[in-house]
Amino acid sequence: MSGFFQPHRIVLLAAGVGIIAWCAVSLNWSWMATPKYLDVLPLAIWRTIWLTVVTMILGMCLAIPLGFAMATGPVWLAVPARIYCSIIRGTPLLLQLWLLYYGLGSLFPEFPWIRDSFLWPILRQAWPYAVLALTLSVAGYEGEVMRGAFKGVPGGQLEAARAMGMPRMKIFFRIWLPQALHRALPTIGGETVLQMKSTPLVATITVVDIYSLAKRVTQDTFIVYEPLLLLALVYMILAGMIVLLFKWFEAQIPARTA
Amino acid sequence: MLAPLMAASWSELLAWSPPGWGATLIAGLGNTILIALGAYALGLFIGVLGAFGKLYGGPVTKDLLAIYTTLVRAVPELVLLLLITFAAKDAINAVLRANGFDTIDFSGVVAGIVVLGVVQGAYSTEVLRGAILSVPAGQIEAGRAMGMSPMKIAQRITLPLMTLAAVPGLANLWLTCTKDTALLAVIGFIELTKATSLAAGTTKSFLTFYLAAGALYLALSLVSGLVFGRIERWARRGQRTAGGGGI
Repeated sequence: MSGFFQPHRIVLLAAGVGIIAWCAVSLNWSWMATPKYLDVLPLAIWRTIWLTVVTMILGMCLAIPLGFAMATGPVWLAVPARIYCSIIRGTPLLLQLWLLYYGLGSLFPEFPWIRDSFLWPILRQAWPYAVLALTLSVAGYEGEVMRGAFKGVPGGQLEAARAMGMPRMKIFFRIWLPQALHRALPTIGGETVLQMKSTPLVATITVVDIYSLAKRVTQDTFIVYEPLLLLALVYMILAGMIVLLFKWFEAQIPARTA
Repeated sequence: MLAPLMAASWSELLAWSPPGWGATLIAGLGNTILIALGAYALGLFIGVLGAFGKLYGGPVTKDLLAIYTTLVRAVPELVLLLLITFAAKDAINAVLRANGFDTIDFSGVVAGIVVLGVVQGAYSTEVLRGAILSVPAGQIEAGRAMGMSPMKIAQRITLPLMTLAAVPGLANLWLTCTKDTALLAVIGFIELTKATSLAAGTTKSFLTFYLAAGALYLALSLVSGLVFGRIERWARRGQRTAGGGGI
């Protein structure tokens, strides 16, 4: 009876199963069967995943140069990068999102050349602002992480690369960046969960993700708890998947263990 | 070309007295700081209990706390805020009805503090747990050997020694806390972000007001940074600095 299944855990598990069973039986899940919601559900979950993945990748593409500029760049690059990171990290994401959507969004129609451009059909929708805000936020937070990671790569590694006669670009892409990413990987995994958790904010600017679907159910049917509980479950599963995915990533990189 | 920006001038819009919205924004900032301070304090209280419970509690306490911190950290704050708001409202009103009182409207500053505090508590628990682990075991054992009670050990040895390790994490938590108050705007609390969106919606000067609110948040975080810098220096007093002196 050692390990996970200790007596008190079995009682706790039974209580947990009991609570879940009670939720499944006595709460009102009839809305789930409505095609109106059921048909949108996979798309809504996919939107949440898509937003997380796309903004993480785009944000990291910005964060790497930002972090590098802060770690070793000249002053005229390092100072603006640091100011950018302070601004992003010092203001709420919700405010940034609303600033971009309502602020920029209300500014664009004033300029005829923007309204006539081929980009206008895209700029009139909400999702580009959601992607932009989430991407800029990732860039700010991960830029700081990458700064530490670039600084943490041992100088001997870079000296060895230089001694081998590697050109600067090759040193960066073969030695510096991979080792910095390796160092930052556990942090980036945690930040990905945080990023996934901030995606429901896009519902406030009319992007339909899983959170806004749950809200629509509440608005239509006045059922409060059930959509929220389902929402919590979906997010927990997604968070668990992200954690497992990053564990797998970390296992892929050969590391010397003493 | 910038004519739309200048439809109404900055100074008019942000003026203190009623045609301007300055007073509304500052009142919103006051609410934001009030809720953040309250939630942070409640979170720290939960965090201290949670951290000690996680390290020294019985098996059931440990497991329940693990469930609490895992759940809270895996579910978006926005969803948690909604769940806790509704659950707290229903629970309080059920208790009031059972005792023959009128139901109350659970909203405003107190509700914001309770809701955010429960979320903050989970993160505080983890930060403080790590800090307690950084206290050398010998110090605590020495306290036990001197016959100190667990409370006295916590008060005289663990809490003072863990402060330095806890400060950076707690500083981050405070910044998260001030920013998380913005989420309450989605539920309808009038704090800085909500006040800003009201002002912006009424005057249609979105850019002006959101930039102003951003500046206020930024000022808050910069001031907090300075304060926590001082606290860290205070917590470090008496510590040997790396490279200086030495053996």
